[in-house]
Amino acid sequence: MSVQQNLEIRRSSGAVWGSLSGMRSVPTVSKYIDTTTCIGCKACEAACIEWNDLRHIATEQTGTYQTLPTLHAEYWNLIRFNERDFDGGLAWLMRKDQCMHCEEPGCLTACPAPGAIVQYANGIVDVNPDQCIGCRYCETGCPFDVPRFHQTTGKMAKCTLCVDRVSVGLEPACIKACPTGCLQFGTKDDMVALGLRRVDQLKGNGFTHATLYNPEGVHGTGVVTVLAHGDHPEWYDLPADPHVPLLVKFWKSILRPLGGIAIFGAVIGAFAHYTRFGPREVKGADATPERNLPEA
Amino acid sequence: MTNGWVDIKNADVILAMGGNAAENHPVGFKWFLEAKKTRGAKLVVVDPRFTRTASVADLYAPIRPGTDIAFLNGLIRYAIEKKRYHEDYVRLHTNGPYVVGEKYAFNEGLFSGFDEAKKEYAKDNWAYQGDPKTTSYELDPTMENPRCVFQLLKAHVDRYTPEMVARICGTPKETFEKVAEIVTSTGVPEKAGTITYALGWTQHSTGVQMIRAGAVLQLLLGNVGRPGGGMNAFRGHSNIQGATDTAGTFEILPGYLKTPTGQLATLQAYYENAVPTTMNKQAWATMNYWTNYPKFMVSLLKATWGKAATKDNDWGYEWLPKVDGNYSWMYIFDDMYRGSSTRVGGKEPGPEGFITFGMNPVGLGPNSKKMVAALSKLKWLVVVENVETETARFWNAPKEYGGADPSKIQTEVFLLPAASFAEKDGTFTNSARWLQWKWKALDPPGQSKADQEILARTFLAVRDLYKKEGGALPDPILNLSWSYPNPVNPDLGEVLKEMSGKALADIPDPKDTAKVLKTAGQQLDGFGQLQDDGTTMCGNWLHSGVYTEAGNNAQRRSTADPTGLGMFHNWAFSWPANRRIMYNRASADADGKPWDPKRPGIAWNGEKWVGDVPDMKPDAPPGTFGAFIMLPEGVARLYAPSLNDGPFPEHYEAIEAAIVNPLHPKVTSNPASKRFSSDKDIYGKKEDFPIVCTTYRLTEHFHYWTQHQHKGTLNQLQPGFFVELPEGLAKEKGIANGSQVKVISARGEIQGVAMVTRRLQQLTIDGKPAWQIGFPIHWGFAGDPNHTGPLANTLTPSAMDPNTWTPEYKAFLVRVEKA
Repeated sequence: MSVQQNLEIRRSSGAVWGSLSGMRSVPTVSKYIDTTTCIGCKACEAACIEWNDLRHIATEQTGTYQTLPTLHAEYWNLIRFNERDFDGGLAWLMRKDQCMHCEEPGCLTACPAPGAIVQYANGIVDVNPDQCIGCRYCETGCPFDVPRFHQTTGKMAKCTLCVDRVSVGLEPACIKACPTGCLQFGTKDDMVALGLRRVDQLKGNGFTHATLYNPEGVHGTGVVTVLAHGDHPEWYDLPADPHVPLLVKFWKSILRPLGGIAIFGAVIGAFAHYTRFGPREVKGADATPERNLPEA
Repeated sequence: MTNGWVDIKNADVILAMGGNAAENHPVGFKWFLEAKKTRGAKLVVVDPRFTRTASVADLYAPIRPGTDIAFLNGLIRYAIEKKRYHEDYVRLHTNGPYVVGEKYAFNEGLFSGFDEAKKEYAKDNWAYQGDPKTTSYELDPTMENPRCVFQLLKAHVDRYTPEMVARICGTPKETFEKVAEIVTSTGVPEKAGTITYALGWTQHSTGVQMIRAGAVLQLLLGNVGRPGGGMNAFRGHSNIQGATDTAGTFEILPGYLKTPTGQLATLQAYYENAVPTTMNKQAWATMNYWTNYPKFMVSLLKATWGKAATKDNDWGYEWLPKVDGNYSWMYIFDDMYRGSSTRVGGKEPGPEGFITFGMNPVGLGPNSKKMVAALSKLKWLVVVENVETETARFWNAPKEYGGADPSKIQTEVFLLPAASFAEKDGTFTNSARWLQWKWKALDPPGQSKADQEILARTFLAVRDLYKKEGGALPDPILNLSWSYPNPVNPDLGEVLKEMSGKALADIPDPKDTAKVLKTAGQQLDGFGQLQDDGTTMCGNWLHSGVYTEAGNNAQRRSTADPTGLGMFHNWAFSWPANRRIMYNRASADADGKPWDPKRPGIAWNGEKWVGDVPDMKPDAPPGTFGAFIMLPEGVARLYAPSLNDGPFPEHYEAIEAAIVNPLHPKVTSNPASKRFSSDKDIYGKKEDFPIVCTTYRLTEHFHYWTQHQHKGTLNQLQPGFFVELPEGLAKEKGIANGSQVKVISARGEIQGVAMVTRRLQQLTIDGKPAWQIGFPIHWGFAGDPNHTGPLANTLTPSAMDPNTWTPEYKAFLVRVEKA
């Protein structure tokens, strides 16, 4: 986010309390990814690069269909390819990896810079480079290993859920480019309903462990993912039970308020001291101790 | 495709074989997924590799490259043995009941009539019972006569037991039986299944017969002509279908009319050779639609030579080039390399010049070293392209691809910069036969020009030379009709109008001659209005109706779909006659009732056929004509006595055979297949090259273009050449994933990154463990230096299918080494 979006902010980094003003009623939005109909064509990767004007980075063939080993500050959308043995045969799994836009964003929680990471009222989690101080705390906060530090700009970068498109009523670029319809975009409620229907269908087709990945540990994500092998999210490089790291939570919910209290306490103390003892008085023009050194 | 992309959503079962649609047709592939999501359709993938398509399939079966006929004949046997075929359909709509003549036989791998010296069959040995002049076809509606097609087919496929399929294909017997169970589940009226394929079937020395085997299976299951059914070929480029329709190869004129040969001196002699005669004297007659051939031909000649084409000069027939030998591009390159050409009437020198339009033979031709060596024998070469391809730069090909010292090469190369697809308007004809107009998006850069301007300027310059200097045969050039408002750059809308056809005089209404159907100068509604008396012109009868008085129908974009089956009759124009499903008469029974009322192709309502545009005379009641109006029998062929390598599909090993054919050890490979004999045409033996290799394309790349994109997104997505190897083979050879590997065939070697995978596996072939590998074709020595790579076809053989002369890119033998 380099341009101020005309979107209400639900939560912002660097603020002790949420900042939702609640002026507008906005539904939470979500991407829908059906890994069982994804063919790994990478149209979403190309669309992401082009819409977001990401710079060309050199890639090399290392023995895989996957473009890069992981996400990159100039590569926010990556299909992960995995081969797994399944039911006497093979499963070649392709999952679109990008920011999950958590309901409880660990990055935002961890971020100390005011307004550097915001969660809009519609649930999109966005980085504001103007406010980002490049401390990389968000990396620690993210249970999905998404935010990336940009060596040139010194700022963090990640998928914005094409907030510039969404805020004017368009779907994200990756969704628009998807040729098979395995990517959809809409309200979270609609996407969850769509996902649960597909999961039921998969269960009927013998995938008894099919699931809609929308993990509770982060209070759900703004990207819901249909997995045929829901008992093995790690097959898709997804954490089984993602949480915002305890330390980050501790920092945000206890240490930081405590720190605030400590600072506040110091101010109160100073004020109390002032009211109790008044200003420190300087007695006489030559009363400066330095100048008042006892003579040797 | 007999059907269309959208129609795949109507299928209950999709057999994807000989093609990897998710990789090569990701946009159309959405209809596979639509069928899965909305109908619970089963997607079955049979492929040497576990592909992107396989990754979303319900069932995947591995197969050794080049053995698809064995697999398909196994399915045919299964359908017949388990009575899982659609018997009423077979009796009504196929030649199953037709009795075959006594001369037909199949013994020890050879059909009757094989000429060992010529390596050709005399096809008259395969004729139906009956004398064409005096009798009718002999039919046995019970299909029990041992000489009827159905019984002959049953006997022919009897050898293809699940055990034999496993032995030849390497597909485990249980997996094969699972596939057979699903695929043959559509052999009932209320089910429909489709077969989709692409170059994984065509590019074999048995390619046409693979497709035939698929068609035979579909006919047995009653799936041809029906929504959700059909034989659906996916074309390899956006407009390959259009190119083929418009005389893309030497043996056809526009609309699949035949190129005349020198022996056929008059139009009458040509018709006698080209128009099929029928012996059908059954109650259910045949329309034998090709009897309209003269109307298509004369209209084509009128479109070509305009007023100069008259009844007196046979409409200019004598000006048409006459074929005196094989001019398929494989033969042209062989002639070029050898510097000599065998033609009717003797030998002549090879070609001295070559013009290549949007084609890169050094990249895409098999046996690249021969391609490079052939071009260096030319005096001149014109390459019309939007990038400087390997062909344009053949003179500095590296040594490993047959390159020689450039100072020794005398070929003068002209590179004419051409507009790319987005820099010109015109039509794309897709796999579904839809002619869709596209609009130019931007101007071509620099001096590059649209193809039609390059062609037009060349033609006008040649015509000027003929005008000035005369020449041996100036008439065809001087008389060519060239009446475009802008002759140096004809508007493609004008060209489309010409292809669609117009009236040159008032055309009377055949139902009421007092009325006029079309007045002179009007665009025709379709090929039904074409005449053989010179009063109509039409550049391609199959495309007739694309540009009518209503306008350019290729530009239609209505999403209205009254059939509810995704036919979209007002979206673009689908040849022929805007019909969306070919042979749709076969979607209904003898009374004209749809086999499946929920998925009607067409239905007889008592007065006419309704639904899709009928593949039938619209007001001919059921029982008047057979469903397959283009065939003289009027029914579809389970037995095709017209092909060059046998009336039934038979499994033969690739030219580079991995095993001795277990069915008939004396005839291992296709006896009628074609190969060359120059010193560069070397074929490997299994003892030296024990691994079967196949080639393919990737979704991220477009043919040999993407490597020309400097720092392009697509090169980022798929950065370089690789060789896919099974884990076990890599382990055996000590090859680590991501390390360098060498692949060697009898013709050369290439090197690249090893992609070690479980998606390729060891198969048990003829009782022994065997490996398969493969690699994509997209790289070469031209292009952005950061993105060049090995020329894959250095390894592929110049062996060919005997019907189409398509090279065998998909199955050949190699050896693998750690680099």
